Formats: sequence, C-alpha cells, structure tokens
Amino acid sequence: MITGTVSRISGPVLLARGIKGSKMYDVVHVGADELRGEIIRLEGETAVVQMYEDTTGLKIGEKVVNTERPLSVELGPGLISSIYDGIQRPLTALFGKSGDFISRGISVPGLDRDKKWAFRPAAKAGDKVGPGDVVGTVEEYHIEHRIMVPPGIAGTIKEIREADLRVEEAACTLEDGTEIRLMHTWPVRKGRPYRTKMDSALPLITGQRVFDLIFPVAKGGTAMIPGGFGTGKTVSEQTLAKWSDTQIVVYIGCGERGNEMTDVLTEFPELVDPRTKLPLIQRTIMIANTSNMPVAAREASIYTGITMAEYFRDMGYDVALMADSTSRWGEALREVSGRLEEMPGEEGYPAYLPTRLSAFYERAGRVVCAGSDRRTGSVTVVGAVSPPGGDFSEPITQNTLRIVGTFWALDTSLAYRRHFPSVNWIKSYSLYLDGVQDWYLQHVSDEWRALRDRTMYLLQKEVELQEIVQLVGPDALPEGEKAILEATRMIREDFLQQSAYSDVDSFCPLEKQYWMLKAIIAFYEGMSAAVNRGIMVRQITGLPVKEEIGRMKEADVAKIKGLIAEADQRIAALEVEK
Amino acid sequence: MTGSLATRECTTVNNVSGPLLFVERVKGVSYGEIVDIDLPNGERRTGQVLDVSDRVTVIQVFEGTIWIDNLKTRVRFSGKPFRIDVSRDMLGRVFNGVGRPRDGGPEIVPEASLDIAGMAINPFARDKPAEFIQTGMSAIDGLNTLVRGQKLPIFTGSGLPANKLAAQIARQAKVIGEGEKFAVVFCAMGITYKEASFFMRDFERTGALERVVFFMNLADDPTIERVATPRCALAAAEFLAFTHDLHVLVILTDMINYCEALREISTAREEVPGRRGYPGYMYTDLATIYERAGRIRGRNPPIDALPCLSRLMNLGIGPGKTREDHRNVADQLYASYAYGRDLRRLVAIVGEEALTDLDREYLKFADAFEQQFVSQGNEDRSFDRTISIAWDLLAMLPEAELKRVKVDFIRKYHPAYRQARAPGREGA
Ligand SMILES: Nc1ncnc2c1ncn2[C@@H]1O[C@H](COP(=O)(O)OP(=O)(O)OP(=O)(O)O)[C@@H](O)[C@H]1O
Ligand SMILES: [Mg+2]
Repeated sequence: MITGTVSRISGPVLLARGIKGSKMYDVVHVGADELRGEIIRLEGETAVVQMYEDTTGLKIGEKVVNTERPLSVELGPGLISSIYDGIQRPLTALFGKSGDFISRGISVPGLDRDKKWAFRPAAKAGDKVGPGDVVGTVEEYHIEHRIMVPPGIAGTIKEIREADLRVEEAACTLEDGTEIRLMHTWPVRKGRPYRTKMDSALPLITGQRVFDLIFPVAKGGTAMIPGGFGTGKTVSEQTLAKWSDTQIVVYIGCGERGNEMTDVLTEFPELVDPRTKLPLIQRTIMIANTSNMPVAAREASIYTGITMAEYFRDMGYDVALMADSTSRWGEALREVSGRLEEMPGEEGYPAYLPTRLSAFYERAGRVVCAGSDRRTGSVTVVGAVSPPGGDFSEPITQNTLRIVGTFWALDTSLAYRRHFPSVNWIKSYSLYLDGVQDWYLQHVSDEWRALRDRTMYLLQKEVELQEIVQLVGPDALPEGEKAILEATRMIREDFLQQSAYSDVDSFCPLEKQYWMLKAIIAFYEGMSAAVNRGIMVRQITGLPVKEEIGRMKEADVAKIKGLIAEADQRIAALEVEK
Repeated sequence: MTGSLATRECTTVNNVSGPLLFVERVKGVSYGEIVDIDLPNGERRTGQVLDVSDRVTVIQVFEGTIWIDNLKTRVRFSGKPFRIDVSRDMLGRVFNGVGRPRDGGPEIVPEASLDIAGMAINPFARDKPAEFIQTGMSAIDGLNTLVRGQKLPIFTGSGLPANKLAAQIARQAKVIGEGEKFAVVFCAMGITYKEASFFMRDFERTGALERVVFFMNLADDPTIERVATPRCALAAAEFLAFTHDLHVLVILTDMINYCEALREISTAREEVPGRRGYPGYMYTDLATIYERAGRIRGRNPPIDALPCLSRLMNLGIGPGKTREDHRNVADQLYASYAYGRDLRRLVAIVGEEALTDLDREYLKFADAFEQQFVSQGNEDRSFDRTISIAWDLLAMLPEAELKRVKVDFIRKYHPAYRQARAPGREGA
C-alpha cells in the first residue's frame, strides 16, 4: 500500500509527501474521513492532489492512502434516470444517508448493488466474442440495455444463461474463467474505444426552429452556446435535453445553480418524449456539481458524463450530452492551477486549457462501435459557455470556438428584447450544413437549402437596411426595401422566436417548421411581386391574413398551408391605390 | 473537533501583508479554522486559515491588520470553522459584518451556532421554490417576480435610488396571506454612514425593522470583513427559514463592495488576476453566495426594466400563484418597451416625422410604461393592480402587435374585450 502524509493544504489542492510509487491520476483517500482526491502532479516523492471534497478541517500530517486506481465510473444497468455528483455518487442515495446536505467522506457505489435485472442472453455457449460484442440485454425502462464484452476482453463463452442478476453478478463466463458481469468500470479520463469515426451526415433534430432549419448540429457533432448573463444558456440546454431526437441524454450541471438541477428533476418525469411518448426522465442521466459543491469534482464531472455517454454510444445509441457550463469547468481548472502556482496563460487560465478543451470535445462523434455487428452510435456534445460580461474574446469562448462545428451565439440585446432563443443569426454558424443537406432534402423538402439561404440573405440585408433607417428613418425607404423589412420582422417574430415556456410551441415538429418558414418566404415573394406592380407595402401588411400568419405558432400544418394559399390570393387581388 | 481543551497558542507572527498574517511552525492547524488574534492593546480580532503547510500558515484577518505587530500579537487557533450564533431574536437587530451586535443591544442568546460556509445542499433534496413574494412594486412583481428563498443581490452604479428601492422592497415585501411569517435579511456591505442611517431611519420610521435582520458593514469598516458578511447573512436566513419556517428574502447590497474585498485578498496573496484585477475564481465565489440573481441598477427610472432577470420568476408565476397570463404579459411588456426604447434613439437622429404611425404608438407606449408602470414612488401596489395597469398599457398598441400573448388571454383580459362584455357578467 502506498501512503504519504499531508504537507500543505490550500483550498481544493493539497500536497502529499512521501507517497512514493504513485501514478498520475491515481485516486487517494485522505484523513480519517477518507476524503477523495486525485493525483494531478508528481514531484519527486510529493504528489499534488486535487480534492473532490471540501478540505475544511483537514490537518497537516494526516494520512494519505493511494488506492492505485484512476478515477473511474461504473457502467451498467441503473444509470438511466439517476442523478449523480461529479464523481458518480448517486445523490438520491446520499440523500438517504446524510439528508438535505451532502456531508463529506460518504462513499456510495454508482450503481445499485441490490437491484436485480432480468438478463436475456443474445449469445450462447461456444460463441467466440470480442470487445464490444453484445452477450445479452436487460430492459432498463424502455431502453434495451446491451451488456457488452468490455474493452480488452475476448474469448469463447463457456456458460451463459437467462437469469435475474445483480450488477456485480456474472452474466456469462468465458472458457478462461473471465466473468462478464452486468457492470464494468472505466477510467473517466480515457475515451472508450470504437472502430472508426464516421462523417456527420445526420442532423440532431431538436424541435427548435433556429437550430433545426437554420444552424443545425449533426449527430456526433459539437456545438457551443456562448452567452452573457441571462441570455438563455440554461434554458437552451434544458430545451435541447428535452426535445433532441436521441435515445439517451446526459445532462451535466457544472458549477451552475442547484435549483436548475431541481428543475430538471421535477420537470422531466412529467414531460413526455414527443417521439416515444414516454417520460423524458426515462432516457436521461443527470450529473450535478452545482456551484456550492467542491470545484475539483466539477472538473471531473464532464469526464464522468462523457464516459457514460460513450458507454451508451457503444451500445449503438445516439446520445446527446449537455454541459452547463463549460466556463465553470474551465474556472475549476484555473482555480486548481492557480493553487499550484503554475505558470498562468491568458487571464490566469493554465496553458493547457486549449488541449483539455479539444480533448473533451474530441470525444464526441458518430462511430462504428466496437463489436462484430458494426452497429453505429453517436455522442453529440453541446457546451454552454458563460463569458464574463458577455465578452466573447475571453479564452474559453475563443478556444472552444476553434473546436466546435456549430456556434449558437446568444445575444444580450436580443434577450433584453425577449427574443428567445436569443441566437444571433448574424454571428452564429453551422459547419454541418453541407454534411446534413442530403438528409434534409430527402426528409424535409428539396427546397430546404434554398429556403434557408434565402432567409439568411434577407436577414443580412436587414442589417444593411437598418443602418440606412438609422440615418433617414423607415418611411424614406423605397417600397421594395420596406417589403424586406416586413419580411424579416416576420422571420424574427413569427419564425425564429420560440418560447420554451409555450405549451404549443416549445417543441415544433420539423414538418411544421418547414411550412412556417415557407409561409413567410412565400408571403415575401408575393409582397415583392405586388410592389413591382405598384402596390404599397402598407396595403399588404393591413391584410388580416398577415395577422393570422403571425399566429402560426398556435396553428397546425394544414392551417398553415391554407394561409399560404389565402395570402397568395389576397395579395394578388390588391389593386393599386389611386 | 471536540474535546480539544488545550487551544494551541503561539506568538510567532512572522509576516503581515495586506489583510494577511503569516505564522510559522504551528502544529495541528486545520484548513479553514478560525483563529483569535489578541493585539498588544488588548483588542481581539478574528481570522481564518487560508493556506496551511508544515512551515507556514496563512491567516486572513477579518477586521484588518492595522495595529497588528510581529512581536507581541498572539494568535490562538480554535480548531473550529467560522460560526455565527443565530436566533429568532435576531429580528429587529443590527449586526456588524461578522455577525456581532452593533446596535448597542445585548449579545443574542444563541439557539444554534452555524458554520457560515454552509454545506452543499443536495440538489435532489431541494424543494422547488414557488411562493410568489409581492413587493408592491410593479416593475418587480410584474417583470422580475421574486420567489420565496430568493436572494436579491444588488449591484449599483451607486446613488440613492437603489437604496430607496432596496429599503422599499425590505419594507413592503410579503407573501400574500402569510403576513406574520415573513422576514427580510438585509445585508449591506461597504455602505456609507449616511446610507446606513438612511436605512435605519427608514426601517424605524416604517416599523419594518422588527422583521429585518440587518447586517451592516460600513465603508470605513475593514474591507476584508465583507468576505464573511454575506455568508453570515445567508446562515441567518437559512436558520430562520428552515428552523422557524419563515419566508425569508435576502437582500445583498452592494455586491460590488464584496468583490472589492475578494480582490484585496487576492492581491495580498499575489495571485494571478483575472479580469479587471479581480481574482479568476470570483464568479465561482459569487455563485456560492447566490444561486439566483436579479439585477437592479441605480439609474433613473430606478429600475432599469430591461436587464432585470429573475431566474426563479418562472416558478413563482402563473395560475394559482399570480395569474395565468402573467408570463405572456411580462414578455410582451419587455419586448414592446425594448422596441420603444430603440425608437427613441432613432427619433433623436431622424425626428419623429420620419417614423411610421405604428412606431409612434410604440414611442407613446414606452413613455407611458415608464411613467405608470416603472416609476410608482412610494405606492404599495397589489398584484392585481400591477397587472391591470399592464393591460391598460398594452391596450395602447394594436392588438395584432400583441403576439406574445395567447389569443385566449387577449379575449379574456384585454380591456377592449372586457368593456365589450356586459358588466357584472364574466364572459363564458
Ligand atoms: N427559449 C426561451 N424561451 C423563453 N424564455 C427564455 C428562453 N431562454 C431564456 N429565457 C428567459 O431568460 C431567462 C434566463 O435564461 P437562462 O437562465 O437560461 O440564462 P443563462 O444564460 O443560463 O443565465 P446565466 O448566465 O445566469 O446562467 C429565463 O429565466 C427565461 O425567463
Ligand atoms: Mg445558466
């Protein structure tokens, strides 16, 4: 057993002296309470340890015991609908043990040891199996939880049978005596193996118009949501967690408010997945390391989360991972680094910030999974970023920007205007447009790209026109340009705006999204044709049908199609004013 | 931490720098423990261990290091975390930044002694806060609704309006139907003597003091004390809420002064600064103090309606709490007012004639909104009054503009429809 003693304590960081033989990232137990920490640097016989629990009350000279194992998570049945802290302690069990407040030094396994799962074999004795092969399944809610041969293990099945099993029990035994249990563990800082990465050809459908039709993210892609205070990062992450078309969602509350996790906990059991009609909680895993929980555990939380996401990906599922907020994660990194008196980079962040960020986002992807059946799975990562003062030039925003494929820039001035989601349509972009184009043309409309590009063109034009308006006032514009401003106002208010709190509009099916945009662009085309024949924009905007288009959010597709036809007729019927 | 009768003592203050004290070679010091510091002149101060190694212990001194010497000053380690004595009798009393009476009254008889750092609440155990706190101020009740358990940090550009506002909230806030059970923990950091006496006079005059616990750290009190002040206030608030089941609103003003204190410690520790010289962990630190924030700025109109963002609002409004149309109405007011404000800027350049008719209506709306909704003086408005003013204002705009409001709610609450209905008979 490798042991040492505490020789310095500074906030979440301590030094352990004489801990010879330790490896980087070994987990250690400190003091009588066996508080958990992780070795993050070695200098001779001294180890620098970041502590996952509050260090108040620890003393110099207390004992440090090295477990000689890296920080790992337990993977197996029981993950879904659980809520964990940053190091996979189930908060429900902690609640049972220590009540409303989390006391220190409590250790509870991540997966329930007593619960029995009905294991149904998918392989038989004599089968040769390798890493990733599915030996059987258990039913976890409606999810078929596939029990896979863990990475690094292969052989011939000697014994396998249908039975009710606890997670630690063997589901099957190989000839060499290796047991494959319902659960296994995996070190969080190491990405799980897969066969190959694939291109991002499928969009993640979110039910949010500005995301799906304008700035899509691909399944297996990465997106960031930067935004100043109160611009809607959390609401966006939660909305995505609710409505994304994946089988599994991992939601990480990283250094943010505790109540927001309570929101998820109380709301998700009541909301149903619009696709499966089952409660959303039955596909969600939550990781909560809120602002008043120890910072080092916050640093670990995103790795804990993504490892679980990869595990379900390996079963062949699409997984979406939400992290709110990666800035708080970066700040945890900075705080620990600061205590180590490391050479600081920009704004005090450690020089390795960019490497850590890209290593994390790199774990996203659509892959051909390990296992002989070549199933595919994906992990999509959406990270919120909270730049201080909403200033996007700060290091976390800038470094994340270089990595991710979709950039949903939330905008303070739009949020003030209660334009939600406050995605700035000029600053935002998606690098997946070309990749997912075929899918949209097939599944939505062969007009999708043209419609989208037209919309973007008008919105960009609006910016130019607004500048002119600032000089001469709106009334001085030619009718053709007034028509553009009318159209962009409709795009903004009747299409882009989508309240997360609306019962009818918080989730908008893809087909309806398309027809809504179509209605506005068709209205614009009609308007500009009419203007060419001498009709005034005022005449057109006075039509009652325009007001009805403004109420499309509360309408269905049939109704919208009707409105398109009606608008077309009404505009055509207008006569030039004398 | 029990049973240690022998408190360790030492006189080896080795170094003093800014608010920090460096003490060498003390055995058995624990991280975060409280130390008593006895000055040669007989004064006693409180400090806390910030960093400890087998050679040096770093202590931050809450009352500042002035008069501390490195010859005679004695430091005594308590072996205990920072605690504050709490009791229901704190209501009506005034305390300093570390929770000692400063109103000349007796020490309180503690019902409990609480660690001011608090413990992490298990998110699983949290109740969703829901009760609506009525402040009687339209701009808050209508647009930034406060909810039980809320902490209201105030950042000001300094000036009296914010203080007036804070005092008015402290005075008027209530949970409808639960009058007796309401308390305000008012935490003022770095305020001037003049401001302090304004609050005292206001609270005494209006009788509000009896339901207020007032933590007061003055501008000329040691800055460092402020690091503890909001945590003391929260510990007291949690005690009143959990043990005595009171509805508690915590008002923290002015948080800027708290941030200054953090900066001061950070500088003394020679840490690498983040933005504007504030330590990099400041946001994390602030987050540990308040998990929910609304913002109020000391401008005219006293509440800048736009950047006020109460996160808890969503939970405290709607049917059964305020009214079903509350969210829609608030969104509409925000959106329309923001548009009206944009137009003002435009008018300054191009003149009102260059606007469309519709835009002119928005301008009128924005003016009326400020005069009737935001500026209300000392009036204490019921929620019904607030929302009915809101509807009267919205009625100034064409109905087609009210896209944030569901058609059903327009039919039910818009003055045009209400007047159309026969009096005395509510519409079907
Ligand atoms: N899509 C949306 N629909 C309706 N309202 C929204 C939406 N997004 C945000 N809001 C409003 O904005 C408020 C702030 O949103 P949110 O808490 O998500 O901001 P944030 O960016 O996470 O803030 P912080 O930086 O403080 O974490 C919400 O309480 C809600 O009122
Ligand atoms: Mg947030």
